[in-house]
Amino acid sequence: MEKFQYTITDEIGIHARPAGELAKLAKEFQSKITIKTETKQADAERLMAVMALGIRHGQTVTVETVGPDEKEAAEAVQDFFQAKL
Amino acid sequence: MEIIKGKSILNKVAIGPILYHRKTESQVKRRTVEDTEAEVKRYETAVACAEDELKTLHEKACEQVGETGAAVFEVHMMMLEDADYRDSVLNIIRNQKTNAEYAAAVTGDNFYRLFADMSDEYFRARAADVKDITDRLVKILSGDAVESGFLTQPVILMAEDLAPSETVQLEKNMLLGFITEQGSPNSHTAILARSMNIPALVSVEVKESWDGKMAVIDGETGTLYVDPDEETLATMEKKKQAEEEKERLLQELKDKEDVTLDGTKVKLYANIGDVSDVAEVLKSNAAGIGLFRSEFLYLEKKTYPTEEEQFAMYRQVAEMMAGKEVIIRTLDIGADKQVDYFKLKKEENPAMGYRAIRICLTRPEIFRTQLRAIYRASAFGKISIMFPMIASLWEVQKAKEIAASVRDELKEQGVPFGNVAIGIMIETPAAAIISEDLAKEVDFFSIGTNDLVQYTLAIDRQNEKLDEFYDPKHPAVLRLIRFVAESGHKHGCMVGICGELGAETDLTEEFLKMGIDELSVSPSFLLKVREKIRQTDLTK
Repeated sequence: MEKFQYTITDEIGIHARPAGELAKLAKEFQSKITIKTETKQADAERLMAVMALGIRHGQTVTVETVGPDEKEAAEAVQDFFQAKL
Repeated sequence: MEIIKGKSILNKVAIGPILYHRKTESQVKRRTVEDTEAEVKRYETAVACAEDELKTLHEKACEQVGETGAAVFEVHMMMLEDADYRDSVLNIIRNQKTNAEYAAAVTGDNFYRLFADMSDEYFRARAADVKDITDRLVKILSGDAVESGFLTQPVILMAEDLAPSETVQLEKNMLLGFITEQGSPNSHTAILARSMNIPALVSVEVKESWDGKMAVIDGETGTLYVDPDEETLATMEKKKQAEEEKERLLQELKDKEDVTLDGTKVKLYANIGDVSDVAEVLKSNAAGIGLFRSEFLYLEKKTYPTEEEQFAMYRQVAEMMAGKEVIIRTLDIGADKQVDYFKLKKEENPAMGYRAIRICLTRPEIFRTQLRAIYRASAFGKISIMFPMIASLWEVQKAKEIAASVRDELKEQGVPFGNVAIGIMIETPAAAIISEDLAKEVDFFSIGTNDLVQYTLAIDRQNEKLDEFYDPKHPAVLRLIRFVAESGHKHGCMVGICGELGAETDLTEEFLKMGIDELSVSPSFLLKVREKIRQTDLTK
């Protein structure tokens, strides 16, 4: 399992568009990618579930990847967060 | 006439007849099906069809309102692909043996509620998106065509709610504005309205009886007038014309240089009182801020603003202006600007009383706090300092001395600060007359015409009875301005005007011929003055 933490700098938070792009990205990997807040979690492939986490500006999330390409997946998602969120 | 308040999406006026748009609710009936896999297939086909529709809408929206406004349809496409949504629909079809329309409607409802109950306004507004994609699917499944282009004359469109896919399909040139009962200022519909640049009011309790009636939306106050009386109509027409004029100026002039026909460059700056004014300054692309009235921060507080509070505000303005000059006028309190916690005694003649630099020099602790904040902020942009209400040479020397000791203190503490120009306001006749001596002390002058006129003519500018005597363009004033420009330039001192006279376009040419280097005006006058500068030829 790979794991990293990220604090959202986007003004709105994880909003619809990046959540959609994240879902697309997550589908490219075999590994299961999970976005976790303190109390809830969602599969990154599932746009509505990720949005329903209601993650806002300044909130810190933990991202976990599990699977054969977990390392690459974690790197790709981390790059995505830094670029878009 | 009926007057109704709503939440305004765009600060503009719209005048026209109301068209009430009734939404045709597709009634979704539950049917039991035998062949559930056939329903699943129907659903898959409907999704593909919806995606096609959304693609077309996305293209259309890109053309009409640009990428940002069109992004909503991309989001809808992504939502349609969402695995949870899809799983839920398929589950209902298979387990409850129902028709696809019903399964989609139930799923849509559940997701709608999921978002509608969220505490954050942005996420709550996504409920409308869920509803929009669900309605689209249900319509396709039940064979209803998505309606389009039903407007035949320019109207203010009124509806309980407008889905983004509906707003973008409306003929843009037929739409004057819209009024809805639903929709938050964060909804996609609102975002589209903004990018289409049409006024809109949301949270209005709409009445069917308004259909066809004349109406006015005043976006500035968030007011809807149904059946406006003649007076209201005339006022609003005027307001609309002024807006259109402003818009025209903005389109033509926002990115143009402030240069005369003969090639003389002029510094066109803006006067601001608060951080919130900066947006307008940036929109008109002013070359700097010629007067930042720092007293705003003092006036809105119940006690002295701290160094940190002031620093944060100055820094923000400096950073927003990104390297363009920001001239901060030190505290100008007293006279017509009273603050309780300063505990100033009531005066017989406050305009000539204990105010501005006179307070700063006798209560240096207040002055030092402000100067420290300004100097610290100067590490984040190009900041200049300006002292108000100067009448004597020693006042300037004393103020500079305090500024120098603040710099020493910061240096000692290792606190960074930038290179800060120091200037003064010329707003007393005394300062104007000794301007040659003053010019040797400072980097720039800024002529505060409001007070200069009042003190030169000995006329209280707040006394309406004196209006006929109050002449801001009095030859005495203009001669003083000319004299200040000449004396300043003799000693390499930049000379600007930051009073209301600076925005008088019939004086612009005269000022520029006097050699005034900088005109600082209220943000709403920037473009008018820019237009005038660009029409002026100083060789003639």
